[in-house]
Amino acid sequence: MKKINKNSLNGFINYGIVIAAFAVIQLLLGMGRLSNSLQSLLVPACCYIVMAVSLNLTVGILGELSLGHGGFMSLGAFSGITASILLQGAIPMAPARLAASMAVGAVFGALGGVIVGVPVLRLQGDYLAIVTLAFGQIIQNIIMVLYVGVDSRGIHLAASKERFDLAADGTAIIKGPMGAVGVTKLASFTAGFVLIMITLLVVQNLVNSRSGRAIMALRDNRIAAESVGINTTKYKLMAFVTSAALAGAAGALWGLNYSSTVASKFNFNTSILVLVFVVLGGLGSIRGSIIAAALLYILPETLRAWDIAEYRMLIYAIILILVMLATNNERLKILVGRVIPKRKGAAGNG
Amino acid sequence: MAEKKQFQKGKMVPVPSVSIIPERDLGKSPILECSHLGIDFGGLTAVNEFNITVGRTEIAGLIGPNGAGKTTVFNLLTKVYQPTRGTILLDGLDTHGKTPAQVNRMGIARTFQNIRLFSNLTVEDNVKIGLHNQEKYSMFSGILRLPKYWRQERAAHERALELLSIFDMQDLAGHQAGSLPYGAQRRLEIVRALATNPSLLLLDEPAAGMNPSETAELMENIVKIRDTFQIAIMLIEHDMSLVMGICEGICVLNFGQIIAKGTAEEIQSNPTVIEAYLGKQQ
Repeated sequence: MKKINKNSLNGFINYGIVIAAFAVIQLLLGMGRLSNSLQSLLVPACCYIVMAVSLNLTVGILGELSLGHGGFMSLGAFSGITASILLQGAIPMAPARLAASMAVGAVFGALGGVIVGVPVLRLQGDYLAIVTLAFGQIIQNIIMVLYVGVDSRGIHLAASKERFDLAADGTAIIKGPMGAVGVTKLASFTAGFVLIMITLLVVQNLVNSRSGRAIMALRDNRIAAESVGINTTKYKLMAFVTSAALAGAAGALWGLNYSSTVASKFNFNTSILVLVFVVLGGLGSIRGSIIAAALLYILPETLRAWDIAEYRMLIYAIILILVMLATNNERLKILVGRVIPKRKGAAGNG
Repeated sequence: MAEKKQFQKGKMVPVPSVSIIPERDLGKSPILECSHLGIDFGGLTAVNEFNITVGRTEIAGLIGPNGAGKTTVFNLLTKVYQPTRGTILLDGLDTHGKTPAQVNRMGIARTFQNIRLFSNLTVEDNVKIGLHNQEKYSMFSGILRLPKYWRQERAAHERALELLSIFDMQDLAGHQAGSLPYGAQRRLEIVRALATNPSLLLLDEPAAGMNPSETAELMENIVKIRDTFQIAIMLIEHDMSLVMGICEGICVLNFGQIIAKGTAEEIQSNPTVIEAYLGKQQ
C-alpha cells in the first residue's frame, strides 16, 4: 500500500482529465463563451467517448475485432427512447427518467451482446468481425420496418405500417423508416459527463481485477490462458457484453438528445468511425480513446463553421493520416521518450 | 480387443505397465495413470499404447528423439488434444471429455516448449493470472471495489511475490514479461504454472536455451519445488545431464511408442534406447 500501483495512477489521471475538461467547459458555458454550434456538440462528443472507451474493451483489451458497435448503440437508442416515453407517467423527474432510460438502453445493448456473443465467441478466429458487421446491418434493417406505439390498451409492436393499429389517443414512438419522432430531449452535458465517469469506472476497475487479467490473458495467449484454468468463453463474453451494454447506454443518451432519430444514423460508418477513434487513440489505451474521440469528433464539425467548409473532409483525412504517421514514427518516439521518463519494461536485455 | 474396449469406456483397471514409482510413493495411490493412451491425426498414429504411472512426489522424465511424440503426450494430458484411445486418470479421476481449463483445475499445470507468456502484462500479473482460480471475488466486487476485492488482491499480491521468490525473481515483479531475458521467461512460466496449485507439473524442455550453470541451478530448483510443494513433476528434456541427474523414473518414446522405462541407470544401459535414441554403438 506504500506506493500507488501504476495502473491505478493511470486510472486516476483519466478521471482527472475528464473532470478538468468538464469543469472548463462548464466555466465557458457559464461565461457564455461557447458558440451554439459548439454547445450542440457536447452531448454527442460524450456519447462518442463512451463508445470509443467501450469498444476499446473489446478490441484493445479482449483483442477481438468488432465492426458492429453502432448496432448496440442503435439498440440502446431506440429502446432508451421507448423507455423514456413509456416511463413519462411513472417517473416525472427528467434526470431520473433519463437515467432509467439509459439503464434500459444498457440492458438492451447487453442483450444484443449476449445474442451475438454466445454463438460467436465460442469460435476462434475472426468470426466476430464478420458477425458483428452483419449484426449492425440487421439491427438497422429491423428498426427501419419496426413500428412501436403506446395507447390506452398498452404497447403495440408491428413489423409494417398496415398491421400497426394504434388507437386515436395513442402515441407512436418508432415509425419505421421515419425512426423515432417527437422525442422529449432529456439529455444534458452533465448526464454525458456522468456516463463517461461510469464508463471509466467500469472499464478501468474491470481491467484491474481478476476478471480483467483473465481477459487480457486471453488476448495475449489463449492456449496459455486455458492452461492456467481460465474459462475462455466466459471471459470473452464478459468483456463483449460489458462493452455492448455501455454502447447501449451511450445510444440512449444520443437518442434522447435529438427530437428525432433514424436507424441509419447508427450504420456501418458509425461503427468504423468509433473503431478509428480506438485505433488512433491506441489499442488498449483508455486515455487515448477519450482524447481521440473528443478531438476527432469535434474537429470536422468545427471545420464546418469556417470558410473552408467544402474541404473539411479532406482536411480531416489528412489529419488522420498525419496522426497515424506521427504515432508510428520511431524518431518521434525517441524524442518523446527523452522528455517523458522511460517506462518500466526495460529489464536487463539478456 | 475386448479388453481395449473396456479402457475406452473409461473403466478403472489396473495399469499393466512396469511401475517406476519411487519407493516413498509406493504406499500412496499414483497421481497419474495413463493406460493405452493414443491419438491419430488422420491416418498418422502420433502416440500409441502409452502406459505410464507417476507417483505422488516423483520426478519423471520423458525423453526421445525429435518428433517422437513427447509434446503430443503433454498435449493429451492437458487436453489440448482429445485422445483417440485410452484413459488418463488424474488422482484416480477420469479426465475424459474435460477442457484444458478444467484439467488445470483438476490439478495439471504445464509450461510450453515455445514460451507462452502473457508478454504485454507485468511479471506479477502473469503470476496473478495463474492464481485466477484461487481468487474468488466476482466481476461486480471487482468493479465496485468491495472489501473482498481489496482483501483478495492483497493476498494475491503477497502470494505472487512469494512464488516469484522461488527463482529469486521478486524484484522483477513490475517488469513487462515479454522484456525479460529468455531464461527468466522460462522460469516465469514455471512460477505461473505453480501458481495454479497443481498436483502434477508438466515441464516441456525447461532447460532449453539455458547455459550449463543456469541448467544446474534449474535442476536444484526443480527438486526444491518438488520438496516444498510435495507434487509430482514430469519433464521433457534433451539435456541428458538434467534428465539423468534428477529424474527418478524415465520413459523413452520413439515413433509414438514407449520403447523403454526405468531408472537412469537402466535407461543408460538399455540397448534399444542406445540404438534408437543415442545412435548405434560403433
